[in-house]
Amino acid sequence: MTQSTQNNGPIEGYIKTPPSVTVEGDTARIDAQSVYYRNMNDSVRKLVADGVKNITLDHVNGQRYIGNGVSGKDVRIEVNGTAGNDMAMFMNGPTVEVFGNAQDGVGNTMNAGKVIVHGDAGDVLGYGMRGGKVFIKKDVGYRVGIHMKAYENLIPVMVCGGKARDFFGEYMAGGMLVLLGMNSQFEGPLVGGYVGTGMHGGVIYLRGEVEPWQCGREVGIFTADEEDMKTLGPVLKEYCDALDMDYDEVVSVPFTKLVPISHRPYGKMYTYL
Amino acid sequence: MPHTLIQPEYRVEIDYDKCHKCGRCVQQCGWGVYSFNERPIPDDSKCRACHRCVTYCPAHCITIKKNDLALKENPNWPTDLRKAIWRQAETGGVMLTGMGNDKPYTSYFDHLVLDACQVTNPSIDPLREPMELRTFLGRKPDSVQVEANGTGGFKLKEGSEVSNNVELAAPIVFSPMSYGSVSLNVHKSLSMAAQRLGILMNTGEGGLHADLYPYQDNVIVQVASGRFGVTPEYLNRGAAIEIKVGQGAKPGIGGHLPGEKINKEVSQTRMIPQGSDAISPAPHHDIYSIEDLRQLIYSLKEASGYKPVGVKIATVHNVAAIASGIVRAGADYVYLDGFKGGTGAAPQIIRDHIGIPIEIAIAAVDQRLRDEGIRNQASIIAAGSIRSSADMAKAIALGADVVAIGSAALMALGCHLCQGCHTGCCSWGLTTQKPELTRRVDPEWGAERLTNLVHAWSHELQEILGALGVNAVESLRGSRERLRAVGLDEQTCKILGVKPAGM
Repeated sequence: MTQSTQNNGPIEGYIKTPPSVTVEGDTARIDAQSVYYRNMNDSVRKLVADGVKNITLDHVNGQRYIGNGVSGKDVRIEVNGTAGNDMAMFMNGPTVEVFGNAQDGVGNTMNAGKVIVHGDAGDVLGYGMRGGKVFIKKDVGYRVGIHMKAYENLIPVMVCGGKARDFFGEYMAGGMLVLLGMNSQFEGPLVGGYVGTGMHGGVIYLRGEVEPWQCGREVGIFTADEEDMKTLGPVLKEYCDALDMDYDEVVSVPFTKLVPISHRPYGKMYTYL
Repeated sequence: MPHTLIQPEYRVEIDYDKCHKCGRCVQQCGWGVYSFNERPIPDDSKCRACHRCVTYCPAHCITIKKNDLALKENPNWPTDLRKAIWRQAETGGVMLTGMGNDKPYTSYFDHLVLDACQVTNPSIDPLREPMELRTFLGRKPDSVQVEANGTGGFKLKEGSEVSNNVELAAPIVFSPMSYGSVSLNVHKSLSMAAQRLGILMNTGEGGLHADLYPYQDNVIVQVASGRFGVTPEYLNRGAAIEIKVGQGAKPGIGGHLPGEKINKEVSQTRMIPQGSDAISPAPHHDIYSIEDLRQLIYSLKEASGYKPVGVKIATVHNVAAIASGIVRAGADYVYLDGFKGGTGAAPQIIRDHIGIPIEIAIAAVDQRLRDEGIRNQASIIAAGSIRSSADMAKAIALGADVVAIGSAALMALGCHLCQGCHTGCCSWGLTTQKPELTRRVDPEWGAERLTNLVHAWSHELQEILGALGVNAVESLRGSRERLRAVGLDEQTCKILGVKPAGM
């Protein structure tokens, strides 16, 4: 495959025609090998519109926007391979499960649904996410959970099983963000610096401890108590079931809880004539 | 010490001989200037000269005057700078303000004049001859292949792809102003007018209220860094989608809609809790490069069935290179917001000192895109103090496809430019969420006034085109030969691509 890029098209060598699709009842399988993302996602949307409930994408190799803007609570998309950027962006209901790694922007501005990644994921996960669940088994990158927000009965939840880089939960306005530090390939601390910088809503749980210098000045640091475990416990159970982890081991270490000091962090910043 | 050193900017004078003692001024003022004790008693310090009371006084007995404090004159220390220092010494706060830049920067529009036909080339009378203002917003192909359609016309050859465009009846759209910064009745007025006029309004980043769904084909839905109210449904309702990167009044900074402006309806439309601050981060954290921007543009296209996606930026120093990147990233239009553009709230220091004039930006961007051979790939919307149809015509001659009006639209609805939008107490019921104030704008009345304004400007534009001897606004676009500069230096003329008058 040649690597030259054009201004307005895919990398040369991609197949820009509809992929091969096999449908059996409400189950379908798409061979995504070298298929241009637009054609692959077009096929997924058409299948969903035709009432297909279970779609398996094979040989996925970095195609973007999987599940982008797709609605339907009972739709299930299974990804075999490496999912590309902005997977499940604007998604509204379906479940996407990746057997492999995902890249940046998983669950970006997501409304509802569930994402399960049996591997690592990249930066800016769950940006502006408003509802649904994102479960990542291993390590994640920078600015994870940025500006997650809750609204009425929509409360987004993200659990990352590995370690995270800087700006974890930056600008967080609602929802629950959890970091376990368990399935990591990295030595070093659980999380980088600037945790919860600008946070003004929601809650962050970290399995283990965090130094005050690692946290933004907008957060208060507490140890999670029994009351916290009443909401965190069921989330962790669901996570463990989805990713084949041992719940007892997960809760064998105390969790640190970070919450914002104020819902109006900049309320006193301005003056006027 | 007194609690403030700042003396009132205005004096409210009531001619009590004429006064009916009816108390209407007390009721009309959103700033709480008046108390009533047998007759209205004004507190000058609260007056913002919005003229609501003056307009509604049945006796015409109220006069707002400048409070000439006769501070020692010193051009190096204008009164507003002295007042800001006093206020900041009292509070330690960042000075906040509303509406556009009020510093006396040069208006280049006022130094540009248009051409007209005389003797050679006849001018055209738009009252009797067709004069096309229709404009298509979006990407145009490098070439098209057509074939006969069998009925004497042409159709696109099979396999020939053309990007979706939005048809506008005139080269004007309403600027993005979010529900939250302005009232729902303002949004209704704008959307009803847009539908009647065959143009577009823009949600700003506050989501789309359900009451606007009937007008959705005339709405641009905006996606900004806070992603407020952005759902697949929202993206699919709009006629086009706009990624807001920057705003002319506050380039490079985010927004804080204060918790007290977030009532139940605003909270539902933005899909955020009531009472907490709505914080828009300064950047989109999924855009750190042109490649990232391309990723978001195509993500929005994927989610919306390939609707036109535009990108709004503030005009800053390297605007031409930035716009080129935006077009190459796949944007269907570039929205340029000049440094005089309005705002519901911005730090004064940012509003008044960051960014470049829209006239310069249009010329620089248009030229750059032409030089690179990609001008056809995106439309240009120009905004940031388009004050009249003359500004509109000059902006189009400099290279814009469409202009956007925000401040002018609010003025059509009663705004007097008092610059108090950020207080949430707008007496004209525009930039407030207080129900006793917002009900002052009847959407039907508002839509009619906006429709009148755009019709008037459209007629004036047709007159200008007629005088120029062209019969379509297309023929004016980028036609800088039809502009001349009066009183501009050589370098500025060169950047604008305009000759001085007499050449």
